[in-house]
Amino acid sequence: MPRAFGGALSGLILGLIAFAIFGPIANMLLWTVAEVWYYPHKLPLEWGFSFWERVFRPQGNARLSLLNSVLIALSTVVVSLAIAIPAGLALGRGRLPFRSLFLLLFLLPQAFPSLAVHMNIARIFYGFGLNGTYAGVVLVHTIQGLVFSVWISTAAFAAVDRELEEAARNLGAGSFRVFRTVTLPLALPGILASAIFVFLISLDEFTGTYFVGVPDVTTLPLLLFTASMEGNYQIASITALILLVPSIAFMLAVEKFLKAEVLAKVGS
Amino acid sequence: MAPRPAPNCVSLPVNAPDRKSLAAIVLMMPALATLCVLFLYPLGYSLLWAFRNEEQDTWTFANFAKSFDFYSTDIIFTVLIVTVSTALIGICSILIAGYLALGENRVAVLILRWLYRWPLFIPFIVAGQLMRTFLAKNGMMNNILVSGGVIEPLQAVSFLDWRGIVVTFVWKQTPFVTLLLAGAIATLDRSTVEAARNLGARRIRVLVEIVVPQVSTTLMVGLILSYVLMMSVLSVPLMINAQSPTMITVDMAWRINSYGDYEVANALGFVSYAMTAVVAWIYLRQGIRQDGNPR
Repeated sequence: MPRAFGGALSGLILGLIAFAIFGPIANMLLWTVAEVWYYPHKLPLEWGFSFWERVFRPQGNARLSLLNSVLIALSTVVVSLAIAIPAGLALGRGRLPFRSLFLLLFLLPQAFPSLAVHMNIARIFYGFGLNGTYAGVVLVHTIQGLVFSVWISTAAFAAVDRELEEAARNLGAGSFRVFRTVTLPLALPGILASAIFVFLISLDEFTGTYFVGVPDVTTLPLLLFTASMEGNYQIASITALILLVPSIAFMLAVEKFLKAEVLAKVGS
Repeated sequence: MAPRPAPNCVSLPVNAPDRKSLAAIVLMMPALATLCVLFLYPLGYSLLWAFRNEEQDTWTFANFAKSFDFYSTDIIFTVLIVTVSTALIGICSILIAGYLALGENRVAVLILRWLYRWPLFIPFIVAGQLMRTFLAKNGMMNNILVSGGVIEPLQAVSFLDWRGIVVTFVWKQTPFVTLLLAGAIATLDRSTVEAARNLGARRIRVLVEIVVPQVSTTLMVGLILSYVLMMSVLSVPLMINAQSPTMITVDMAWRINSYGDYEVANALGFVSYAMTAVVAWIYLRQGIRQDGNPR
């Protein structure tokens, strides 16, 4: 019976894909609750949460890394929005000469392998005393998120209905008032999406922090890296889980934040 | 007493559109300044310093000679890993996006649509840690294979070498390219697909001969972005396979952290730009051959 055979085959392939996707995640989850686990045992010998306690201990450096990560990510969002909202307004609304050239310009950081750029940023920052400071790390994260913050806010402003602005203007509102009461609120969901995107990029950023922040500023990705290199898989896995949760939540919710009409205008 | 300016150069009347574009340029300034200071300036620095002998304050090709001398194996290794990964990402994403568009079993399509995206926003460093445990000698993959009787316990080997890097890259980047492809396929005109199906063409043939050619631009853009990204990632090769041979990203970090040697590191950086430029050039040439315009 070819039909039943086909069904069984697609079931098998789906099962394999599910294993390929969730297997690594499951293995990491096991490590977060393993107290003792060594070769050749297939499952942990002792289970428990003692490593969780070590991670979240008030004086532990994991808590410091978490705090650093969140503070840096929030600052990166603020800096990025301060840059991207005016740029998005100009690109999405204003009469900018060479508009598509400017849009492409912001794509450039994505077109070059970024590692070589990052190590030179670190060297330049060293000259300004920015290495090992929060400000230095925030700036590196900002450049990584720049194309997303600028492109998404451009699309968000471009999707605002011009007639509503005209109506407000006809009722006598000045340009800034029109922006504050009409344009900005209508573009806000898209801008929020770009803020969340930038927050995640900053939270997950490794290379820039590795060159600019170390050893004075430790974020969660660096804690994960150090723990993993020391062979402390429990701490590494717990840190990985902390980073995994927001990225999966965003993956599941992204369609709610990025409305189709905004998405359709990205890059156009 | 300072001479008063002649009346005709005090203020030229500015008409409205010009003022608007001036305002737009002013609004762009912070973003442009950020891009220049934090990207273009270090980029130029990295390009120039690849040819620099800092002690003697001269220009030289010696950094490249040293790079090829020390790291030619790693350069080849990097090209192979990134090329193989890009090819696999392309194949997997075409198959998944193709099934999402042409699959006849609605339940399977729904499950696949829900399933494939999970790694989309998982950071590379987390993917590296997941694979470090999953692909290890006593990782879950080997355990399942042994339990399933596919391999003997003694045959279990660690996959934490070039294969581990490829697996991690494919795992992480396939959802991104698939998402782009599925979006592009959704906007296609279905009539040619339906016509071919009605004429009895097999689904895989419809996919390869009708659907993929129409979304090839999207596919190439997704693959090139992935290629550049894989060329820049430091965490995955560091975590999966930092012994020799390894990727040149690891070598760059090593030159800087261990020797403070920005000359060789920048020469290797230049090599990574060159590898990306080759791909971009192939893409543009392909576009010109297809319709006379780079797309």
